[in-house]
Amino acid sequence: MSDHILLMRGITKTFPGVTALQDVNLSVRRGEIHAICGENGAGKSTLMKVLSGVYPHGSYEGEIVFDGEPCRFGGIRDSEHAGIVIIHQELALCPQLSIAENIFLGNERASRWLIDWNRTNHEAARLMERVGLRESPVTQVADIGVGKQQLVEIAKALSKEVKLLILDEPTAALNDEDSAHLLDLLRGLRDTGITCVIISHKLNEIIEIADSITILRDGRTVDTLDRADGVTEERIIAGMVGRDLEHRFPPHEPRIGAEVLRVEDWTVHSPTQPGRKVVDGASLTLRAGEIVGLAGLMGAGRTELAMSVFGRAYGVNISGRLYKDGRRIELRSVRDAIDHGIAYATEDRKRYGLNLIEDIKRNISAAGLPGLARHGWVNEMEEYRVAEGFRRSMNIKAPGVTSTVGKLSGGNQQKVVLSKWIHTDPDVLILDEPTRGIDVGAKYEIYTIINRLADEGKAILVISSELPELLGLCDRIYTLSQGRITGEVPREEATQERLMYHMTIGQE
Amino acid sequence: MSSISPAGVEAGPKDGKEGGSGPPRRPGRVALGSLSINVRQSGIYIAFALIVVLFTVLTDGAMLQPQNISNIIVQNSYILILAVGMILIIIAGHIDLSVGSVVAVTGAVAAVLMVDFGVPWPLALLITLVVGGLIGAWQGFWIAYFGIPSFIVTLAGMLLFRALTLTVLGNQGIGPFPDAVRTLSNGFTDGYLGNIGLGVLGGADLFSLLVGLMAVAGMVAAQWRTRTARAGYGQGVDPLPVFVLKTAAGAALIMAVVVQLARFKNLPWVLVLLAVLVLGYSLLANRSVFGRRIYAVGGNLQAAVLSGIKVKSVVFWIFVNMGVLAAMAGIIFAGRLNQAGPTAGNSFELDAIAAAFIGGAAVQGGVGKVVGAITGGLIMGVINNGMSLIGSPSERVMLVKGIVLLAAVAFDVWTKRRAGAAR
Repeated sequence: MSDHILLMRGITKTFPGVTALQDVNLSVRRGEIHAICGENGAGKSTLMKVLSGVYPHGSYEGEIVFDGEPCRFGGIRDSEHAGIVIIHQELALCPQLSIAENIFLGNERASRWLIDWNRTNHEAARLMERVGLRESPVTQVADIGVGKQQLVEIAKALSKEVKLLILDEPTAALNDEDSAHLLDLLRGLRDTGITCVIISHKLNEIIEIADSITILRDGRTVDTLDRADGVTEERIIAGMVGRDLEHRFPPHEPRIGAEVLRVEDWTVHSPTQPGRKVVDGASLTLRAGEIVGLAGLMGAGRTELAMSVFGRAYGVNISGRLYKDGRRIELRSVRDAIDHGIAYATEDRKRYGLNLIEDIKRNISAAGLPGLARHGWVNEMEEYRVAEGFRRSMNIKAPGVTSTVGKLSGGNQQKVVLSKWIHTDPDVLILDEPTRGIDVGAKYEIYTIINRLADEGKAILVISSELPELLGLCDRIYTLSQGRITGEVPREEATQERLMYHMTIGQE
Repeated sequence: MSSISPAGVEAGPKDGKEGGSGPPRRPGRVALGSLSINVRQSGIYIAFALIVVLFTVLTDGAMLQPQNISNIIVQNSYILILAVGMILIIIAGHIDLSVGSVVAVTGAVAAVLMVDFGVPWPLALLITLVVGGLIGAWQGFWIAYFGIPSFIVTLAGMLLFRALTLTVLGNQGIGPFPDAVRTLSNGFTDGYLGNIGLGVLGGADLFSLLVGLMAVAGMVAAQWRTRTARAGYGQGVDPLPVFVLKTAAGAALIMAVVVQLARFKNLPWVLVLLAVLVLGYSLLANRSVFGRRIYAVGGNLQAAVLSGIKVKSVVFWIFVNMGVLAAMAGIIFAGRLNQAGPTAGNSFELDAIAAAFIGGAAVQGGVGKVVGAITGGLIMGVINNGMSLIGSPSERVMLVKGIVLLAAVAFDVWTKRRAGAAR
């Protein structure tokens, strides 16, 4: 057992009324990349918070042995001192400071009271070279992309002489190129003796990079897999959800009806960069009972297209024509769009979709409130009845509709968002990344709901970054590249390769 | 090498769908959740009760004497009216620093109209309220449609409207006001029905008592209707004994205040006005579409926009509303002093803002209650009154009020953090 850098044994962490972790064991060998998998709420983050001292020694049961020493961390400083650094999903950088300042934040290169800028920038440049970040150390963090910001975080960790680097969903916000670079970097770090623990939902990446995998489910260790044993996505998923997930998508027989929404020659300009076309002459049609996909790489203009159609919620200088049920319509505001039976469920539910401090009931009624009111007064009993109905039909897991939305898991929050829009009784539902950040079991439920909505005769447009999701769900898929519709592929002919081909047309 | 926990494999739920549900389904957490929410929501009322008891003891009961209760209400009425408007603004995530100056300028407008131009008082009051609304519209325009932070716009307004007051009044007060206006701000309902003996408590005004009884009857009926309707929809309600106890406590409180007032000089008119405002604005905040939108805007602006809420219009109208209420407070304050003065309303904005935050509003917006703001205002009023009764110097009163404000918000933040940590 001496080759283990980290042993966590019998970790149990309870919050009042909830057992978040129950007798969890984790052993990480020195110099390996160890992945932790589990559904949302399985206890991954809690385990990492126990390890990094966010939950200090004494607030949990069990023991931690790091580098051969039993550890009793009282806070993050203690764990960092021991050589454990955690990089959170939401990066903790100061955007207005330079890269070098961020790297040495809280750990300044100073002689007595004054910061030694030469040393700061010089050492920063060395660390940046090590992580493959080609920028000037004095560049402001706000001016570099998310991928490079991630590298700054890693450089910062290296500056603290890290032995164990923990990355929480490091590639969630990155494009494929940046992800690949990051994974390469992690391999490089492993070869220099730094152990990595990576938490990720992207199973293909885990399989590519991890030497061993620990799977958590409901706060317990379910399984530990070794690369040598031959790991497959199916095996990990089975462990995570506790069942064999042969069919990731519910079967669905489409009953496609008449055209509901037609967008013609839609052009949208960027509000921040004058003159730049974000959507360029796009045309598409949606039909009743049909699930249509919209595929495109980051920055292709998918969300921008959807939001500009949704009552000009995005963009300036919008031109083009909209037809609803064959008749020309003008949508000047979000209210107009809702009144014309169009709904848009955002890709970022926490920022744009929900009032997290409010309860389920009031979130569900937020968009369709006029329908629950007479002469400006809300019928609260009816509101309760409607919300309770959605809680049951959508299987929102919460004690009641007066529970605060911010406390729900991602999947249940997404169901609240969907309920809100279904309550406006739309004919057209635009779902932007409907399963982002939610776990496998809840995804299946969302797919079932989408199928049910299509069966009720609604026209549905699904925007997704996950091609398998579009292939499994949609009857027809449009591809978008640099603001232009570059392809329209029926379900039978759709393959990942073909979609990717259309998605990259027009790019160098 | 590998570290499988044998217990873990078997003990997970058999049905994979259970995995996504997370903590909320555990019953223990529900009970705790609702309990902690209760503590957070009712903490302010408990604190108010404790403060009243404390000063009653310290003043040998002088605190609860009929005349003193009347004084507390009349002396704080304008702050409470401002607090009603302020809480809506704070819920929407904004702030209004100008209300003190608006109180001054509207008081001056009312005085000029009535005293200098001899405009009949009902028309003069109406014009003054309209002027207040226009002032609110002016600030609402810059905030909602031009996009300047409310802090800046109303900071400018604070200077602008004070300057206007001084321009209108010169450096002197204008008065006296017509009797009707003075009665509204300082006077009491007449003893329309004569007195009635209440045994050891002595004589009391029958009309006031009847109004009090009607208020109690109305409250009990409304509570009962809500309860039966909720039960009919299958919502959870308090068990009957708890419901009876709560209602009885509320009724007793109302009657106690009314009886004390009836023993003194009947009901202050401002109390009647305040009761109407509190009731009306509580309904507006909780039950109206407009009120809901205020919470939605303050809770998550972006989500409100994408839910089809016309955010700009909501923000504009809450500032118009604040202007009208500030004008109302301006009339009452001027009427009480019987003259409109250049320094009227100084630092009222701070009292109104403090009332809202003591009453449980959140700095980030989205949270708050009209009744909470009123309670917050009364807490400060009782501290003011109680400390002056025991002869504390004004600097000590200020000290205590500052500590209370800090403690109230600290308690709020602390309970929120605890709720967050329990996730």
